[in-house]
Amino acid sequence: MAEMTFKEKMDKLDHIINEHKQKPGALMPVLNDTQELFGYLPEEAQKRISEELNIPMAEIFGVATFYSRFTLKPRGKFTISVCMGTACYVKDAQGVLDRLKKELNVEAGDTTTDGKFTLEATRCLGCCGLAPVITVNEDVYGKLVPDDVPDILSKY
Amino acid sequence: MEMYRSHVMICKGTGCNSAGSERIAQNFEAELKKHGLENEVVVERTGCFGLCALGPIVIIYPEASFYSQVKPEDVEEIVKEHLLKGRVVKRLLYAETVAEDKIKSINEVDFYKKQVRVALRNCGVINPENIDEYIAFDGYKAIEKVLTTMTPAEVIDVVKRSGLRGRGGGGFPTGLKWEFASKSVNDKKYVLCNADEGDPGAFMDRSVLEGDPHAIIEAMTIAAYAIGADQGYVYCRAEYPIAVKRLTIAINQAREYGLLGDNILGTGFKFDMEVRLGAGAFVCGEETALIASIEGERGMPRPRPPFPAVKGLFGKPTILNNVETYANIPQIFLNGPEWFASMGTEKSKGTKVFALGGKINNTGLVEIPMGTTMREVIFEIGGGIPNGKKYKAAQTGGPSGGCIPAEHLDVEIDYDNLIALGSMMGSGGLIVMDEDNCMVDIARYFLDFTVDESCGKCTPCREGTKRMLEILDKITEGKGEKGDIEMLETLAHTIKNASLCGLGQTAPNPVLSTLTYFRDEYEAHIKDKKCPAGVCQGLAKYFVIEEKCKGCGICAKQCPVSCISGKPKTPYVIDSAKCVKCGVCLEKCPFKAIVKQ
Ligand SMILES: Cc1cc2nc3c(=O)[nH]c(=O)nc-3n(C[C@H](O)[C@H](O)[C@H](O)COP(=O)(O)O)c2cc1C
Ligand code: FES
Repeated sequence: MAEMTFKEKMDKLDHIINEHKQKPGALMPVLNDTQELFGYLPEEAQKRISEELNIPMAEIFGVATFYSRFTLKPRGKFTISVCMGTACYVKDAQGVLDRLKKELNVEAGDTTTDGKFTLEATRCLGCCGLAPVITVNEDVYGKLVPDDVPDILSKY
Repeated sequence: MEMYRSHVMICKGTGCNSAGSERIAQNFEAELKKHGLENEVVVERTGCFGLCALGPIVIIYPEASFYSQVKPEDVEEIVKEHLLKGRVVKRLLYAETVAEDKIKSINEVDFYKKQVRVALRNCGVINPENIDEYIAFDGYKAIEKVLTTMTPAEVIDVVKRSGLRGRGGGGFPTGLKWEFASKSVNDKKYVLCNADEGDPGAFMDRSVLEGDPHAIIEAMTIAAYAIGADQGYVYCRAEYPIAVKRLTIAINQAREYGLLGDNILGTGFKFDMEVRLGAGAFVCGEETALIASIEGERGMPRPRPPFPAVKGLFGKPTILNNVETYANIPQIFLNGPEWFASMGTEKSKGTKVFALGGKINNTGLVEIPMGTTMREVIFEIGGGIPNGKKYKAAQTGGPSGGCIPAEHLDVEIDYDNLIALGSMMGSGGLIVMDEDNCMVDIARYFLDFTVDESCGKCTPCREGTKRMLEILDKITEGKGEKGDIEMLETLAHTIKNASLCGLGQTAPNPVLSTLTYFRDEYEAHIKDKKCPAGVCQGLAKYFVIEEKCKGCGICAKQCPVSCISGKPKTPYVIDSAKCVKCGVCLEKCPFKAIVKQ
């Protein structure tokens, strides 16, 4: 499927808003779907949501910045999430994260300059049996040691 | 339902799914078709079997053969040998089930022997995306009994008599909570389910939602009847896409069957529900913050009273229970409150699910009767510590909890005993640590978590936890000073007493608990500038072992701060004062002549 244009996404956003509008507490589901759609919350989308749901921009900004899943900046093509949940942490997730930082030359939370990877530290991904775990978009890699990092990156 | 001679149950819980169980399922379907078995053998994708360490797991019934660590390429052999010729493929069975001359049933294996499955009873047994399977396993029988033969007051009485307490951490008696809400008079009330599962390292609730979503729907409907509510919400973490998907499917199926909606089972009782997603904020697991989040606001806790039972979601009386709490409810109505109360200890009834993780052989999900000892859970069910290492502590209660050292391994697990040890039951995360884990580092890890997740509304939590983290950072970097421990204690007590919500009130627990049991480790960091477990980088010292050094000089070339010196062919030396402990020399030395201490 071809990537949707920004304009098409904005049209889709209108559908999203209409779908949730009547619900009490519509803002969270709308923002969740918007984040999914764009990969972040563009200002234009926030404005549209503000007008349609009749919620001031300031309040939307407040909510958008409170929750870590919402981002205001575009992300890389691939998001690498390093699980820093307890089970992974006690099995040297830090070492894996440090190695990724070194290989990608970014800090956690940032995107590489070529826009390819966004590196993130997250909490338990729910596969503690495979600790330590990272995900690259939907792909899960478990039982890692720092030296596995270059091989994984080379697949993308 | 159609009848099949064999059932191939494939775990599609998150652990096994990540390990590739979908491919295995597809291979089974293809192979069965190839051999013309597709009408005799059915492939079912189920929830978690619990033994995540050995995933992907496939169980074949009626023999209950437990295949572990199955690879996609093993499928052909299993189909040909087991399903076609009736010969179990011993090589691929979970080793524990293979005795010398016979194959043991899965219930005789250490991992399952001591477990009692109430909340997890259907996980791994039914296909969660098929309501008929839930119904075939007594599903929706409890709600029928409740709606057709009981008054709301009787329902509450049953829950009270069962002794069920909240599994979300606090342990508040569930029946009492329902009673409060039933007494609030209002035209609108809500029933909420807490599926935010914030403890990093816990996945019990996720497994229940993934493996048995109808149980939650049924239980919430019972709760709604008991308090007089007509709308429910499940607040689920967005990080759990499979759980959200299965729950949504289940809700739609329940509606189709008239088990949700305007006239449930023709009794005129009205109730419906919806899933709402969180967006990555730990504090939203706290009940008032969760309510704020569903209302579309920043998830900040609100002062109590008023309690949600009086004034909750959208200002209306509301009850909130944890996923696992709900998972017990249908069983209590089917088997009676006395049955439930017969399990467990005097004040903690029933069972508890734990997510075993960290340095333990059998990582995964286990459900045990309350009162089982920590030692049984870790060393019998959990199979002990890998690689012959020594047990140091188990952490329960996540960022709000504490640790249980070796001398307390015989404690019987229940709400009150764990609190007495300075930890807590929590939602069920149980992370085992061995001699290679540094307890100061673990305390620092949890404080780092709370600082990150503090919502910022009240000062003691926002500022206090930050100060504690700074001190812990200092100590782990080798800059600890006399008086730091005392300062940590003072801050901890202030934060506990003065914070607005449970997040702040419990945030210092990991520090206080490690200080109680592992004070010597703190002192070693501060006084001797040593990390006994060798974890804290800042305290590490690198040495060249003279006998092993061939004088090649590679380390000196690689060192980013030029702190290694020497002449070719003679042993090199590291100047610890200049060393930044990056570890490059150790990594690069071809002769393994550099060690970290
Ligand atoms: C900071 C904080 C986080 C919490 N996180 C959760 C959680 O993730 N899941 C949960 O069920 N309860 C959590 N709780 C407890 C809830 O506030 C609430 O007590 C519980 O959901 C009530 O259900 P129960 O009585 O069935 O346990 C949390 C509490 C606090 C203070
Ligand atoms: S702690 Fe990493 S997957 Fe659970």
